[in-house]
Amino acid sequence: MTIAANPHLLTIDGVPLKTRLARAERSRKVRAVALVLPLFVFVVLTFLYPLGVMMLKSVQNEETLGRLTRTNAALTAWDGQDIPDEPAFAALAADLKQAQEKREAGEIAKRVNSEFSGALSKFKGITREVSAMESGPYKAVFLAADKIWADPALWRVIKSVSNTYTPYYWLAALDLKQGPDGLERAPAGEAVFIDVYARTFWIAGIVTLFTLILGFPVAYLLATQPPHRANLLMIFVMLPFWTSLLVRTTAWFVLLRTEGPMNDLTELLVGERFDMIFTRFGTILAMTHIQLPFTLLPIYSVMKTIPSSHVRAARSLGAGPFLAFWRVYFPQTVPGIAAGCLLTFILCLGYYITPALVGGPRDQMVSYYVSYYMNNIINFGQASALGAILLIITMVLYWVYNRLVGIDKMKLG
Amino acid sequence: MEVCVKHTLKLTASSLAIALALALAGCGEEKKKEEAAAPAAAPATTTETTTAAPAATQEAAATPAAPAPAAGSQITIVSWGGAYQESQRKAYYEPYAKEKNVKVVEEEYDGELGKVKAMKEAGNVTWDVLDVDTAHALAGCDEGLLEKLDYSKIADRTKFLPNTALDCAVGSIAYSTIFAYSADVYKENPPTTLVDLFDTTKYPGKRALLKKPFGNLEWALAADGVAGADIYKTLSTPEGVDRAFKKLDTIKKDIVWWEAGAQPPELLANGEVVMTSAWNGRIGNAIKEGKNFKIVWDYQEFDWDLWSIPAGTKNIDMAYDFIKFASDPKNMSQQSKYIAYAPTHVDAIALVDPAIAPTLPTYPDNMKTAISTDWTFWADNNEELTKRFNAWLAQ
Repeated sequence: MTIAANPHLLTIDGVPLKTRLARAERSRKVRAVALVLPLFVFVVLTFLYPLGVMMLKSVQNEETLGRLTRTNAALTAWDGQDIPDEPAFAALAADLKQAQEKREAGEIAKRVNSEFSGALSKFKGITREVSAMESGPYKAVFLAADKIWADPALWRVIKSVSNTYTPYYWLAALDLKQGPDGLERAPAGEAVFIDVYARTFWIAGIVTLFTLILGFPVAYLLATQPPHRANLLMIFVMLPFWTSLLVRTTAWFVLLRTEGPMNDLTELLVGERFDMIFTRFGTILAMTHIQLPFTLLPIYSVMKTIPSSHVRAARSLGAGPFLAFWRVYFPQTVPGIAAGCLLTFILCLGYYITPALVGGPRDQMVSYYVSYYMNNIINFGQASALGAILLIITMVLYWVYNRLVGIDKMKLG
Repeated sequence: MEVCVKHTLKLTASSLAIALALALAGCGEEKKKEEAAAPAAAPATTTETTTAAPAATQEAAATPAAPAPAAGSQITIVSWGGAYQESQRKAYYEPYAKEKNVKVVEEEYDGELGKVKAMKEAGNVTWDVLDVDTAHALAGCDEGLLEKLDYSKIADRTKFLPNTALDCAVGSIAYSTIFAYSADVYKENPPTTLVDLFDTTKYPGKRALLKKPFGNLEWALAADGVAGADIYKTLSTPEGVDRAFKKLDTIKKDIVWWEAGAQPPELLANGEVVMTSAWNGRIGNAIKEGKNFKIVWDYQEFDWDLWSIPAGTKNIDMAYDFIKFASDPKNMSQQSKYIAYAPTHVDAIALVDPAIAPTLPTYPDNMKTAISTDWTFWADNNEELTKRFNAWLAQ
């Protein structure tokens, strides 16, 4: 029959069925969108928008944006080899004069100084000088003021920062820089960040491993005890989980001190005090303690769903206790392990307060440097590039993890 | 009339104790805790409206230049925490709040001018008055983070000591970075010169230093035998920088790094270190509280603390009003009672009790080998040297 295909099929009040269905469908869609909209707006405003801004700041010359347009135009044709000619000097002078009026000259000087140490005071000096001048020629004035203005390397930096976008922060975050003939590795004395990234992932990995080693047996115990005992034990796991991160870190700070209780104990036992505070040992210890519930709880909730009959069946079919555990029980806990470890690992990557308080200078992770560049150096571009690279590496790792373990296999309970 | 204290939890040992106490009291991860102090003893205050009129007339008579803050209005003042901020509280915040019938909200920072930039970019500057050192005053001025000051709203600019009446900041006190040791540890033959700070054979034990290249590189060179006058000339060469780091290398494994001014006296008090660099007033106050510490003034690094106004604050009139109040010689001379820092206004210097003079950084005997910091050098080289310093720390 052709009832379904009949375009003239009407509902009881004479409206075509198709129209009626579409209308009902539309209102349901609107309702669904309305329900999701607040969350969507929230995520866009508080997550995607800031991330976008961060990404943009990491590649933009925001200190010089729109403030060196004349210089940029004058330097387009310059080959980067010799001292530029008068038009370039005049353009820079005009840009500096204008910036000085708007109190923006300092930011330009600071931006150039990031890449060319020592330029800041020379910029300040010349800005003062050219601001007092009505007209040029400027080249002679610049060259008379300081020999730095005769350095093509400085002009290359000026040309590069007068562009809207810059690769400088990303390169610096990877311990690279642009030399006259392509990319160069930063000299050993200035290379910091590759080390910092490696350290961040290493600490996160070690802490994840330790929480797994410590958490797995506890989760097993919790899952297999009778409820009244399991609930009591659960309190011991949850109590620290409910306590604030800062408080737990502070407690470790007190415990690990040279004159603190842990060292009192070691002195009593072996007659010696050890360096525990401001060390890698202290950092990993405190972080493992703080992260333990995050690894343990997903494993526990997965274990709760594994029927005990599976292991019993394996035993009755002749498997030894270890084989029954390893071949039957353990594979079923893998989704929980995957979830717990991923959670802990990713949370560890962003640790700031714990390494800052109980770690030494060699235990600081990427977030410390992000904060340092934001607050102390006031170089938002560098801070953004450091954050952006951490984000990208984390996403790549997540992708690899997904390929290896499969995110759909992950279970939080 | 009340003084409101806002503690920002930071990475200082002192705030650790507060953090623990606060969190145990059920405040969880709250980073800021506003704690309303008991209202200062006020003469017959019934309601805010009744006191507003007299307060305003009083103010108008005293300062015709800046408009008087309305009674009950609020000002946020940001400073360096610890004993220093406490001395400011007693010398300025409480008297100011009382006299003008306003509320002073305190916050702490460790020189993070980046926060001002972030607030300015967000268009919501919540800091009204900021205590800065010279380096931050100059950098903040250049980068447009601090307001250019109109001295007609503050005081006669010529009445301040040289280098303390800057374009964007006006001096309040002179302080100094010195090193101090625990006299319980070194009873006989105690350290007397900067060289001793770098001598771990003669004076074994951990020492704490500020986690910045600033100041440490100068000390390293001075301890390595560079004459005071040649320090910056040497530091301006790559070999000089290498030499400074090499000297620091000799004690690197014995260094604990501090970041907030309240940390050094605590590290010294709890035995974590036996010597530490510190701001002299912090050690001075710990000594007053009964700690057995001694200050070594050799190669002290002399600097100023100054009042500034973050660019973009909506409360600028009140900020000026407060700075005017704090720059008044009579008020300024009060601070030395609570911490061993010397005033910057010439008329205030005359009012300081001569008995405390030997504890001040400006005392001639303490100034003999003082290093005068080259601010231009640091403005030019701070970012590069900090990077080098961080790389060195991580090695």
